[in-house]
Amino acid sequence: MARRLWLLVALLGLCCMLYMTWGARAPWGFVLPFRGTKLAALLLVGVSVSTATLMFQTITQNRILTPSIMGFDALYVFLLTSAVFAFGGMNFVQVQPQITFLVAAVALTCASLLLFSTMLITARSDLLRMVLTGIIFGALCRSLTSFLQRMMDPNEFAVVQVASFARFTQIETDLLALAAVITSFVFARAWQLRHRLDVLALGRGTAITLGEPPRRLELEVLILIAILVSVSTALVGPVAFLGLLVVSIARLITRTETHRYLFPSAALIAGVTLVGGQLLMERVFQLTTPLSVVIDLVGGLVFLMLLLKGLRR
Amino acid sequence: MIKIENLSHQIGGKPILSGINADIPRAGITALIGPNGAGKSTLLSLIARLERIQLGTVHVDDLQIGQCSDRELAQRLSILPQMPDQPLRLTVRELVNFGRHPYHAGRPSAADHAKVKEAIEVLGIEDLADRSLETLSGGQRQRAQIAMIFAQDTTYMLLDEPLNNLDLAGSRTLMRILRRVSDDHGKTIVIVVHDINIASRYADRVVAMKGGRIARQGSPIEVIDAALIRDVFETDAELIEIDGGRIVLS
Repeated sequence: MARRLWLLVALLGLCCMLYMTWGARAPWGFVLPFRGTKLAALLLVGVSVSTATLMFQTITQNRILTPSIMGFDALYVFLLTSAVFAFGGMNFVQVQPQITFLVAAVALTCASLLLFSTMLITARSDLLRMVLTGIIFGALCRSLTSFLQRMMDPNEFAVVQVASFARFTQIETDLLALAAVITSFVFARAWQLRHRLDVLALGRGTAITLGEPPRRLELEVLILIAILVSVSTALVGPVAFLGLLVVSIARLITRTETHRYLFPSAALIAGVTLVGGQLLMERVFQLTTPLSVVIDLVGGLVFLMLLLKGLRR
Repeated sequence: MIKIENLSHQIGGKPILSGINADIPRAGITALIGPNGAGKSTLLSLIARLERIQLGTVHVDDLQIGQCSDRELAQRLSILPQMPDQPLRLTVRELVNFGRHPYHAGRPSAADHAKVKEAIEVLGIEDLADRSLETLSGGQRQRAQIAMIFAQDTTYMLLDEPLNNLDLAGSRTLMRILRRVSDDHGKTIVIVVHDINIASRYADRVVAMKGGRIARQGSPIEVIDAALIRDVFETDAELIEIDGGRIVLS
C-alpha cells in the first residue's frame, strides 16, 4: 500500500516538474511564478475536489454520487452570483473577489445544511431519488444563475464569470492564498476524522454500536464538504465528474475502505489527472480541447457505468 | 442489569410499544420471542440507542440510555443490527478490528490486537480471517459480525434476529457459540428469535411479547406452554416435552 502511494507521489512530482519546465521559452523569472501559481491552483483543486467527494460518499454511503452531481457547485455559483448582484446594486465600486467568495462560501455552508442534511439521511437508500433530486436541483440553480447574470452589469459579471463554467486555463489567482489556507485547515480536520469516518462507513447501526453517533459527525462533514466545494468552484468553476473519476480510481488502486489510504491516494490521483492533463492539453494538443471536457467525458462514462452496475445489483 | 421502565414508543402515530416494564438480569441468554409486529426489534433498538427513546427510561447498570456518554456505553453494550450494511471490501480481520474502536479510537495497542485474535478464535473463523467479506456465505458473514461485537468486549450483547437466513446447521453452530460465549466469558446476551424451539433449547430466560406489551416472562419451561402458543402466537400447534424442555411441532 505504502509503495503504491509513493509511486503516485513520484508520478505527481514528475507531472509537476514537466509542467513547470517543458517548452519554456521566456526567461525563468517570468515562467516560474506564472506557471507556479497555475500549478498551485490545480493542486488545490485536486485536493479539495477529491476530499469533498470521498467524504460525501462516506456520509451518503454510496459510491456513485458526488457533491457536484447533487448540485453543490451549481448552488455555489448561484449564491456567488446573487451576492455580487446584491452588493453591486449597493454601489460597491470594486467588488472584492475575496469578500464575495467568503460570503458565497458561508451561504453555501448554511444552504447545504438546510437542504441536504435531512435528505441525505432519509433518502440515501433510494439512489434514483437522490440522482433525480440532484439533477433537478442543479438545473434550477443554473437557470436562476443565468437569469441573474443576464440582468447584471458587465463589470460585475466579470467577477462571477470564472466560477460559472469550468476552465483550467484562466484560474482565479486572486483567491489562491485564501483558498490554500482554507483548504489546508479543512484537509487537516478531515485527516483527524479519518478513523471516525471509517467507522461511519460501516453503516449507521454499526457506527452507533461502536460509540460514534453519526448525526453530529455527518453535519460536521457536510460543512467541510461545502467549504471545499466553494474553494474548488471559486478557483476553476464547476467540474462535474472529476471527483467521481478520481475517487473511483483511488478505490480501484488501493482496494481498501480505509480513509487513511483513500484520502492521500485520491488527492494524488486528482493532482496527476489535473496537472498531467493540463500539461498534455497545453503543450501537446496546443489548447485545442479544454481539459474539463475530457475529464467530464471520461468521468461521465465512469458515472454511467457505476450507475448501471449499481441499479442492476 | 438492564432496567426498562414505562417504555412506550410510537412510529407515525401508531403505538409499537406501550408501557414496557422489564428487568433483564446479568449473565445468561435472554430470548425475546413473539409474533411479527410484537415490538421485539423496536425494544432492542431502543435499548441499544439505535432509535431515540420517546417515553420512559432504560438503564444499563448505572448508565441511562440517551444521557450517558456514547463511548462509555459502547464499552458496556453492543448490538448486532438486523441487517448491517457493511462495505464488503473489508477483510474479516479488519471488520473485527473495528470492535476495538470504542477503546482506542484509531490507535490499537497490543492488548487490542490480542482481543481481536481471541474474538476470531472464539467464533471459530481463524481460517476466514484474511478473506474479504464479499467472498463469505451468509452464515460466515454473520459470525464475522458477531466476532466484531465480541471484540468490543461488552458486558451486554444484543442480537437482532441473528438466525435470519441461516440454515439448520448454521443456526445450531451460532447458538452453540453464543451459549459458550455466555457460559465461558460471562456475557449477557439478549437475542430476538422467531423460532420458539431455539429459545426453548438455548435460552435461560424467555420474554414473550405481543402487541407492544410483555405477555409472559420467565424460564423457558415456565413460559413456553400451550397457553402461550394459543394466546400469544394465536395458533394451535402441538407441544411435546423432550429432555425437560418443550418443543413446538410446527
